[in-house]
Amino acid sequence: MLAKRIIPCLDVKDGRVVKGVSFVNLRVTGDPVENAKFYNEEGADELVFLDITASHEKRKIILDVVMRAAEDVFMPLTVGGGIKTLDDIRNLLNAGCDKVSINTTAVKDPYFISRAAERFGSQCIVVAIDAKRVNSYESRVKSQNSKISAALRLTPHTSCPTWEVYTHGGRRARDIDAVKWAKKVEELGAGEIMLTSMDKDGTKDGYDIELTRTISEAVTIPVIAAGGAGTLEHLYGALSGGKADAVLAASIFHYREYTIMEAKEYLRAKGVPVRL
Amino acid sequence: MIAIIDYGMGNLRSVEKGFLKVGVDAGVVSNPKAVDNAEAVVLPGVGAFRDCIRNLDKMSLTESIIRSIQKGKPYLGICLGLQILFTESEEFGIYKGLDILKGKVVRFHIDLKVPHMGWNNVKLLKKPPVFGGIKDEAFFYFVHSFFVAPDNKDVVAATTDYGITFTSMVWKDNIIATQFHPEKSQETGLRLLRNFGDFVKKS
Repeated sequence: MLAKRIIPCLDVKDGRVVKGVSFVNLRVTGDPVENAKFYNEEGADELVFLDITASHEKRKIILDVVMRAAEDVFMPLTVGGGIKTLDDIRNLLNAGCDKVSINTTAVKDPYFISRAAERFGSQCIVVAIDAKRVNSYESRVKSQNSKISAALRLTPHTSCPTWEVYTHGGRRARDIDAVKWAKKVEELGAGEIMLTSMDKDGTKDGYDIELTRTISEAVTIPVIAAGGAGTLEHLYGALSGGKADAVLAASIFHYREYTIMEAKEYLRAKGVPVRL
Repeated sequence: MIAIIDYGMGNLRSVEKGFLKVGVDAGVVSNPKAVDNAEAVVLPGVGAFRDCIRNLDKMSLTESIIRSIQKGKPYLGICLGLQILFTESEEFGIYKGLDILKGKVVRFHIDLKVPHMGWNNVKLLKKPPVFGGIKDEAFFYFVHSFFVAPDNKDVVAATTDYGITFTSMVWKDNIIATQFHPEKSQETGLRLLRNFGDFVKKS
């Protein structure tokens, strides 16, 4: 039976692991390759490097990180952050990563997803969606995003909950409905969706289950739930109620609050299929 | 030396690093002569069937791969390297494969997420030499939307359940091919690569 995946995420800045709390207050905590090896031995199912390096000149560092990790870590590696061109993808795949996760570039130019999927295969194109619940539509100044088709825009005054897509590491609202966007990226050839709740990210009070379930039911490609994991029960919530195919977590594993093995044993006891 | 065939698609580094990690002499090659000179062939690959066949043809590798298999040299196919052994695939239209094994490559029509992505159990019907020291129903990493449907069920060495029961490994004489990715399957996968190295030495 296909196992639900537990995916630790390493936030990497200038070649060092940091853990973001709501995208600020970054703490430096080590070498990404050592961290990757640790998770490999712990039995993580996949690994994500989120490159949050700001300066363009230092962006090559992540290639070296991937190259070194691929020497010792034999599980799927995903790299996200700052991917702008097909050459960026090609370089990362050649360095030894298996998938790339794209957010801002995909929103700016949705057909980038198709071009990337056609060239490298859908299986390696993950679209990252950072979504924030829309509480009061009118109160927010609408951003004008002319490249986005009307079909993807947020619809105000609906009785259903809606979530808005954000880009640029959660700094820019895009006036795009996250559910419509998820369907669109699937149609364009994305192989997987990495879904982060902006409301929950860094809070440690649980994933946005409703968001996760809504997106997971809207598409037929796998969905990785992210943002908000603080306890093992939260992982269970995203996989059961949220119907996610995988859960991504950073701090609970990074600060060794739980081991991957503890998480899997907990989930197995709850009847979730996991690889032990 | 074992020749890992580079046909201009996908990431071969992990397969090469995997063999290196377990001390097996393998190198990436991209010309027919190097394939002819090799003791064994590994055809890895993710991507589309059509592009795989086109690239192998364009680089004149098709004939040398068939020759190598017909001479009885060990062959390890991974993912597309399994699929292209068959007669034809229905991915993006109908495309002819190497036709070394009879059968088709077909898409999942199931009520589950596609691609089939992640770790799943490999149930052995037969135990090929590459599975020495690996348990029945061991977990391996999969990522694919198509699977092989062999005409001759005798070549099926293992199956996996995902909505349906599909062929996850074939074994016929010197041919071993897996739908899953040993190079992404941690210790279990490395064990398979090491076993393949041993199998090549004994052949």
